[in-house]
Amino acid sequence: MTVRGNIVGIDSPEALERALRTAYYLADDGLATAAYLALALGKPLLLEGAPGVGKTEAAKAIAAVLGRRLIRLQCYEGIDAAAALYEWNYPRQMLAIRQAGEETIDIYGETFLIERPMLASLRAPDSTVLLIDEIDRADQEFEAFLLEFLSDFQISIPERGTVRAAERPVVVLTSNRTRDLHEALRRRCVYHWIDYPTAEREARIVMMRASSVAEATARAVVAAVGKLRREPLSKAPGIAEAVDWAEAATLLHARGVRWPDAFKRSIGVALKDEEDLTFISGRLDALIAEAAA
Amino acid sequence: MSDEPQLPRAAGVFVSFVALLRTNGFAVAPEQTTTFLAAIELLGPRSLEAIRQAGLATLAPPPERRATYDRLFDIHFLGSEAVDRAGAEDEEVVRLQEEGRGEDETLFADEAHESGLAAARAEALVERRFVPGATGDVLRKLSREAPARLPRRRGHRRRRARRGPWADLRRTLRESVRNDGEVLRLGRLKRRTRPRKILLLIDVSGSMKGRTDDNMKLAHALSHAAPNVEVFTFGTRLTRVTRALRLKRREQALFAAAHLVSDWDGGTRIGDALQAFLAVPRFGSYARGAAVVIVSDGLERGDPSALRDAVAKLSRRAWRLSWLTPLASGPTFQPQTEALIAIRRFVDDLVDGGSTAAIVSHVLSLGQRKAA
Repeated sequence: MTVRGNIVGIDSPEALERALRTAYYLADDGLATAAYLALALGKPLLLEGAPGVGKTEAAKAIAAVLGRRLIRLQCYEGIDAAAALYEWNYPRQMLAIRQAGEETIDIYGETFLIERPMLASLRAPDSTVLLIDEIDRADQEFEAFLLEFLSDFQISIPERGTVRAAERPVVVLTSNRTRDLHEALRRRCVYHWIDYPTAEREARIVMMRASSVAEATARAVVAAVGKLRREPLSKAPGIAEAVDWAEAATLLHARGVRWPDAFKRSIGVALKDEEDLTFISGRLDALIAEAAA
Repeated sequence: MSDEPQLPRAAGVFVSFVALLRTNGFAVAPEQTTTFLAAIELLGPRSLEAIRQAGLATLAPPPERRATYDRLFDIHFLGSEAVDRAGAEDEEVVRLQEEGRGEDETLFADEAHESGLAAARAEALVERRFVPGATGDVLRKLSREAPARLPRRRGHRRRRARRGPWADLRRTLRESVRNDGEVLRLGRLKRRTRPRKILLLIDVSGSMKGRTDDNMKLAHALSHAAPNVEVFTFGTRLTRVTRALRLKRREQALFAAAHLVSDWDGGTRIGDALQAFLAVPRFGSYARGAAVVIVSDGLERGDPSALRDAVAKLSRRAWRLSWLTPLASGPTFQPQTEALIAIRRFVDDLVDGGSTAAIVSHVLSLGQRKAA
């Protein structure tokens, strides 16, 4: 297998990790290795993990590192080929037929084709990164259809013929694992399970993302969030919630709210479920005090 | 001398690692082996950690089997036999079990009884045998009538219809091309309907002993009659048996399920089991918008408040929540136990679950019912 030309200047996982850092994304060894292999081997990258661990952010950072546009295809139950590949502009086609009169026109010409994310990424593989987000939400027929796309990187449009990518496009898939993905899909991809970061790494992420936050605040928030994630909550706070909480508490503190109180009053940006809030409310004081210690 | 390309000797150790993974129940395709080798070549001779990462990325072991992967890796590349095993967990915690977790048996066939399974044995580990019963007719009725009678929801896709809110431009254009651009008839589209998810939670504790066989058979029949069925059993633990029940032959499926569930006929901590179910986002999302059917007598040994909170949460996620209890076989049934009284206001149906016929007739009636 040959190394693809799409990662010029990035010759190792460490180099990719450094490059991702410039895009404000802290990747661990596992993710850097998986992403590097996916880019170098020209395979799609499948990222799985709990909601809020930074899967989509990783795709954005990869696009930024490569200097490419990110095309995002958000999956949902019932997504079909027309939403993912292409669609014809029917009203325009009809108008053209009526206006043509005796002349012959090609109603399947380029002007009538509406590009959807997958076709767009095939036609411009050098300048885009295709993010197929939350593939676990789409149904299995769509997954089967993706298999074909991901192995050959081609799409056939019956009226026009087959569109094949000259270069394999960079594709990142994410899944929250609300259902098991097909084995065949995992096989085609380079796979990485993103876990919640270590407390140390998460504190660095918080400081990097929210520059106004002091180190002690970041550490306290990360410790508290870590404890919250061990509770049986219906929605555990993700990394973005940790960043928001640190920022919100810092803001309240700057407006004159004292420390433990600033954390407590801004808990709403970390926990966004009324039941979770009620569940945790009794122990919140102790939890924050422990985390801030 | 053969002309077949020879595997470089250095690659042997990696290929044999893949073989080791396969004997331990990991599904690794040949193309993944190729990618694994390509990845190692690409990363260069660096460190064992890099090889471990390359394996994780290309051989894609499922996250819940990551620990086993790491152990096999250590054994193969480091020759380490000193392997940590997770000790028995706190007895008070309801443990989750998912299919495909039995893989450790291949690794530590001899020691398995001495370590992690000790706790399971304490929970009256009974291997269950399912006997053929006389519920065949009712289950055949279920299979026959389920496709037409199970609840459906409106999907996102559209289909042709005589009348509908959207114009079918694709079809209209195709027809108009035949008529020189003249639109003679405007095609219409409407939403397709799709089968609604069904989540079946079956109590397999001691107090439900008499019903467990039939309930499991019913779960198997339902799994095959409808496309989106998730089945869990609970007693002192929660076990996902969906994949086992997907086996077509009933005897095989029930045999597989019997091996997964380790708390047959034990105690009941329904509240904790349901809390555990909701605490795993992947499981909790099965309940969203689903027809949730709980088959249990509601005889809770634990604190009813845990049960009440869990049922309240489930009912908010579910499209409709039905609680089927054998206690409600009479028409004048009134909930007596503390637990059933506590959950009553959260369930949409509290009806008879005392016979296969009663459960089947309730399940088949779900399609006619509206979301509460």
